[in-house]
Amino acid sequence: MHATARTFLVNTACLLAGLLLCLGFWILLSATVAKELPTPAATWEVAKPYVLEPLAKRGEQDQGILRLVGYSLALVAKGYALALLVGTPIGFLLGLSKGFARVFDPIVQILRPVSPLAWLPLGMVLFLSTGSQALENGALFTIAICAMWPTVLNTAVGVRAIPQDYLNVGRVLKLSRTQTLLKIMVPATLPYMFTGFRLSLGIAWLVIVAAEMLTGRTGVGSFLWNEYNNANYGNIIFSILTIGLIGFVLDRLMSVVEGRFKTV
Amino acid sequence: MSFLELKNVSKGFAGHPVLRDVNLSLVEGEFVAIVGYSGQGKTTLMSMIAGLTRPDSGAITLEGRPVTGPGPDRGLVFQNYSLLPWLTVAENIALAVDAVFPAAPAAERAERVAKYIGMVKLSHAADRLPGQLSGGMRQRVSVARTLAIDPRILLLDEPLSALDALTRANLQDEISDIWQKDKKTVVLITNSVDEALYLADRVIPLTLGPGATLAAPITIDLPRPRDRKALNHEPEFKRLRAQITDQLLGYGARRQQTVTRKLVLPDILPEDLDAPRVNRPPRRPSEEKRETVATL
Ligand SMILES: Nc1ncnc2c1ncn2[C@@H]1O[C@H](COP(=O)(O)OP(=O)(O)OP(=O)(O)O)[C@@H](O)[C@H]1O
Ligand SMILES: [Mg+2]
Repeated sequence: MHATARTFLVNTACLLAGLLLCLGFWILLSATVAKELPTPAATWEVAKPYVLEPLAKRGEQDQGILRLVGYSLALVAKGYALALLVGTPIGFLLGLSKGFARVFDPIVQILRPVSPLAWLPLGMVLFLSTGSQALENGALFTIAICAMWPTVLNTAVGVRAIPQDYLNVGRVLKLSRTQTLLKIMVPATLPYMFTGFRLSLGIAWLVIVAAEMLTGRTGVGSFLWNEYNNANYGNIIFSILTIGLIGFVLDRLMSVVEGRFKTV
Repeated sequence: MSFLELKNVSKGFAGHPVLRDVNLSLVEGEFVAIVGYSGQGKTTLMSMIAGLTRPDSGAITLEGRPVTGPGPDRGLVFQNYSLLPWLTVAENIALAVDAVFPAAPAAERAERVAKYIGMVKLSHAADRLPGQLSGGMRQRVSVARTLAIDPRILLLDEPLSALDALTRANLQDEISDIWQKDKKTVVLITNSVDEALYLADRVIPLTLGPGATLAAPITIDLPRPRDRKALNHEPEFKRLRAQITDQLLGYGARRQQTVTRKLVLPDILPEDLDAPRVNRPPRRPSEEKRETVATL
């Protein structure tokens, strides 16, 4: 107990030291080379109304930070769900069928490194026919397609790594294909799938800023861009900190879920 | 008519012959033990009988029907337990019971699961995951799972070799009890001659590969039920054990190869304390010798 309390103190001290160093560097920067960069105090001044009234709605872009984060998270959740729904079966097919892998693996490898900024215009073109929904659908498409790859690849690796012994158990019991899939393959692959899910969530959150900047859809990403245009530079830093913090929390949450499945 | 029959079964992997012309014939209710060295194809033989791998040539028939694939009529206890790690003991067995008796009422299936967990004395651990069990407990779950599907023939692939001597003896007794109760046909693979003699009606040594095959069966006419302690003093038991052990060691001796290697003797001479001291002591040129040693 004593030892854990001490490591906790040490860790906290290190964390504080790191924060102070960054803060010092920030102050130094704004005092020397980047005169336009607001100081921490000035940043807090502009960010204050958004933090102190996190749920306020003063106008379309002028809303409390929790509201903005909420909009972004809602879009990410939809795009992420789409990524998992599409990515997991593709991963299974890649892992299960040599032929499918031979045909689609090269395509996956080529599409995977494409930036969200490149997908977004295509997404909007794809959904032009949906009229006023085109922006939203294009953004969803971009999040889904960018976030999907870790799920696809990890699931495929997981399926290929299923021990032959587990499959033999199914064969001896004469399980049907569906039963083998549901009772043996999916549970055996779950730990890999969840690693993919966690990485995918990180990417989905990464993409949201780009998607909102380009589409102008309300959220933290477009808030950041608008505040740049309004020359409220402090809120750029504020947004970055918010985005980082939310991403960190999402990752922690997912790794808790992932850990659950790792232990089995 | 024999119950299980293997005729000239051969199998190799990537051009390397493992088993060649294996012949085996079992009558119903018989307990046969196959003994042999590690890596000579015992597991390969079992998975062919189980239908998990196909022989390159030859035929396997069970009750007159050719074996073309796996099925629950042959209960295989895998050498490495093969329990599904995300299912509890009860769930592992339930998976098998549900798959094999889908038409039975749920209560009956649950009862069956409980009965076989009880049979291997694991009722207290029914809700544990395989990762929370000792090796011997996992082995028992594996045996229970196989017995619970009521197979026509039990295929036991070194089910006890990972266990300590005491646990091993206990489980041997359990297997013996179960066999005497159900009179199931059993093929047991083991690396222990004593275990084979204690349990089996016939013991069949597997010769050494490449291209290993089953040697002539040795009938074990020891009265049942066999008493482990008394058995050790039984002259017939001693004779059989010596016979089988010698036969297996004979295979081993033939496999032994000799290697001739260079022997370099240490390069020193006894020091002459009376001699005048020089900086470099005299050395004699290393004497080269050869020796021939047996390797396994
Ligand atoms: N799937 C496979 N692919 C290639 N070679 C294999 C395969 N399975 C077994 N072998 C080879 O066949 C030989 C016999 O293997 P097998 O597992 O049947 O031995 P075993 O007698 O069961 O050994 P042990 O007592 O150690 O379990 C070994 O040389 C092994 O390397
Ligand atoms: Mg083996």
